[in-house]
Amino acid sequence: MEFTRRNILALGSGAFAAASFAGMPAFASKTDDAIAAFTDGAGVAEGGIELTAPEIAENGNTVPVSVVAPGAVSIMLLATGNPTPAVATFNFGPMAGARSGATRIRLAKTQDVVAVAKMEDGSFRKAGATVKVTIGGCGG
Amino acid sequence: MAKGVKPRVKVPKSAAAGDVITIKTLISHKMESGVRKDGDGNIIPRSIINRFAADFNGQNIIDVTLEPAISTNPYFQFKAMVPEAGEFKFTWYDDDGSVYETSKKIKIA
Repeated sequence: MEFTRRNILALGSGAFAAASFAGMPAFASKTDDAIAAFTDGAGVAEGGIELTAPEIAENGNTVPVSVVAPGAVSIMLLATGNPTPAVATFNFGPMAGARSGATRIRLAKTQDVVAVAKMEDGSFRKAGATVKVTIGGCGG
Repeated sequence: MAKGVKPRVKVPKSAAAGDVITIKTLISHKMESGVRKDGDGNIIPRSIINRFAADFNGQNIIDVTLEPAISTNPYFQFKAMVPEAGEFKFTWYDDDGSVYETSKKIKIA
């Protein structure tokens, strides 16, 4: 191919489009990767788990979240918009009174918080909540 | 050992046998995420509590894996069964290898 100005422009914009396309899924897939690692690639159904998070968090440094999933063996919390999505994993032992837990988490920006529960029968359940963050909490 | 680490736990003094009680725990810890930068633009190294476990009479209630996205002074609230009188034991594991422990007794009323 001859490197005319038109060709180079076309090439350049094509490369740019490819790069921006590659960037988007890579960002989302960090969360998907974390979920896949937790579920071992099994399907995740909605329902059977309840995630409570505030609609608007003024301070992203401490956002209270709680999760309840009756019959869960373990629950993983993920913040999809953080530099690293993993937040915490709750593993329940024989003396757990309820399959629930509450904690305070950091959120870098407005984003979805996702909880994935592994149930006693080996299935996986998922719930999400969108939290609007006024001041981010990852020191950026 | 990180400085000024002080665990605080709220457990009822007594419960009826077979009751489910709510436990609240808090430990003062700065939970440095490893993402922040200091004034000169150098990354401040990560220093967090990476695991928390609660047991009752040697049996596990909850075991939590913590990531840097947990807030400063990690707080947890959870429920535990009390089939008999005994002792709750709470353990926090720091990145630097330190282990912080505290325990609370509960009576059957």
